[in-house]
Amino acid sequence: MSAGVSRRHKEWGLAYLLLLPALVIFGVFTFFPFLKNFKLALYQNPPFPGLPAHYVGLHQVGTVLSSTEFHQSLVSTLFFVAMVVPVGLLGGLLLALAAHRAIRGMSVFRTIFSSTVVSSVAVAAVVFGTLMDPVVGLLPWLGINPHPAILQNPTWALPAVSLIAVWQFLGLSFIIMTAGLQSLPEEILEAARLDGAGTWTMFWRVTVPLLSPTLFFGLVVGTIYAFQSFGQIDILIGPQNSQFTHTNVLLYYVYQALSIQNDPGVAAVLSIVLFTIMLVFTVLQLRFLERRVTYAGN
Amino acid sequence: MARVNFDGVSKVFDDTIAVDDLSLDVHDGELLVLLGPSGCGKTTALRMVAGLEDPSAGTVTIGDAVVNDVEPKNRDVAMVFQSYALYPHMTLRRNIEFPLRQQRVPGDERARRVDEAARTLGLGDLLDRKPGQLSGGQRQRVALARAIVRDPKVFLMDEPLSNLDATLRIQTRADIVSLQRRLGTTTIYVTHDQVEAMTMGHRIAVMRDGRLQQVAAPQNLYEQPANIFVASFLGSPGMNLIPAIIEGGHASVDGVAIELRGGSGRIPSGPVTLGVRPESTSLGTGGIRASVTLVEQLGAETHVICTLDDGTRVVVRQWHRAARPDIGDAVTISLDADHLHFFDASSGECLDADR
Repeated sequence: MSAGVSRRHKEWGLAYLLLLPALVIFGVFTFFPFLKNFKLALYQNPPFPGLPAHYVGLHQVGTVLSSTEFHQSLVSTLFFVAMVVPVGLLGGLLLALAAHRAIRGMSVFRTIFSSTVVSSVAVAAVVFGTLMDPVVGLLPWLGINPHPAILQNPTWALPAVSLIAVWQFLGLSFIIMTAGLQSLPEEILEAARLDGAGTWTMFWRVTVPLLSPTLFFGLVVGTIYAFQSFGQIDILIGPQNSQFTHTNVLLYYVYQALSIQNDPGVAAVLSIVLFTIMLVFTVLQLRFLERRVTYAGN
Repeated sequence: MARVNFDGVSKVFDDTIAVDDLSLDVHDGELLVLLGPSGCGKTTALRMVAGLEDPSAGTVTIGDAVVNDVEPKNRDVAMVFQSYALYPHMTLRRNIEFPLRQQRVPGDERARRVDEAARTLGLGDLLDRKPGQLSGGQRQRVALARAIVRDPKVFLMDEPLSNLDATLRIQTRADIVSLQRRLGTTTIYVTHDQVEAMTMGHRIAVMRDGRLQQVAAPQNLYEQPANIFVASFLGSPGMNLIPAIIEGGHASVDGVAIELRGGSGRIPSGPVTLGVRPESTSLGTGGIRASVTLVEQLGAETHVICTLDDGTRVVVRQWHRAARPDIGDAVTISLDADHLHFFDASSGECLDADR
């Protein structure tokens, strides 16, 4: 009996020893800043740097949540997510379906389609920024040249940066969908062919339901990706124009509050709100959409 | 119902010949078993009937129509897959009626046919469940129901019992046979299991390395194998194959002369491979010298595995009441001269086929 207890203690000890490096890294770089955020949210910073912050409790949370800037940022964020996730997922699925054929040379297309995932945000932003440039860009050449220019235009700036995020998400979405398509049970698709399913029925009644775990995974990953988009806006729009062009999505608003306005308290409140929204979205997806997912062998 | 015909059909994948010049006629209403080891081309042949593979050469005919260029859905064939291939997101009712929906069969007619198929296969109470909630045997019956509900010209079955446990396999085997006999639908059944083949098929087509070896009724195949491969593949255990020399109307094995009877008397002198089923051998006196290397007791019978002086392995089948030797015992094996087979020592082809 005592030998068994002693062995169990040794196993636990070894388990904690092996976990320790990961726990330390997560503790220092994730859990501590995360908890520190909650403390920062309770303190208001004076408008001049150097002066001490003072405790205001939840008052600051109320102020931020009722501000026009926050409402505008929330609307922009939801619009951004609503643009990037469905378009990115659908685009990735269509590309994956197109590339899911045993045709010579298809691996070249697969490489091209998935390449956006490894291109940096900065490069993508510069390329698209050039394409949208009012003087040397592609769009003026095509006769599309709104005034003010697209990236300074309150109507078109947010769709434009969404487009870049879609383009970048396409690579990841394509890889996820390709992996999903390749893991589909071939015999079920063949059974459907023999049962007389046409292309449309095959896609909607067989492929999509079988692909539902992949689509669901893509949805969760895509939503988190969209909520965390930052680089495109910072490079193409910048902190001076983001408010005016309605491109100050929540994450960018956090950055503005901290680095431009020097207000860690407001930034902390915003980041907690962003975290909560992402958490709620993910939980809702897990609770309501996962019911429609059919896993293989289920 | 319809006959199915392969005429000089070949299928080549890159550098591999999966099916080589297959000519075979499956009769109307027949259950023909395609039997052979893994990689012999039997499943590829079946898939060419389904339209899931295109022949590289030759023609496949269903009924009176060559179907080489006909889409799978237009061939009027139903297939049962090894993995069942049920739609996991649909209820059993939706699974079974799926082919009928594609044919735009009206709702009440569809419901009637699904209920009838489900009743035939004992699935009546399970129609609202999904495949994930069923046992392997039940899933297999759903796959069968989905096949029969269409009333197709031909059933194609690709090792449908492989995923079932031994007891269920025997039960489902009998169910499939009785269903096929009752419906009278032409059926091509692929298996590597010779017991399945022997018990189910009107005829068996044995394949090896893409080539058809022999087609015959099960008992004929067992009693008159066309070559060494068929002889050793059928039967459990397979036929014993012993090097022998024909001389002066006798076969000589290890110095023991065995009289040739019937048509075997016409076999020319020289080296041959002598084939004898385990049940046509016995342990006694005055036979071929051997030593016992293993004794397998199977309840109703015992397999005594012996090794001849030249290293040849011979299985002797004994009934359970016979005296059992021990491992290491020196024994002599007698062969039933009325049930010997002779094969060409180099080509393996049967030498007394007209016996």
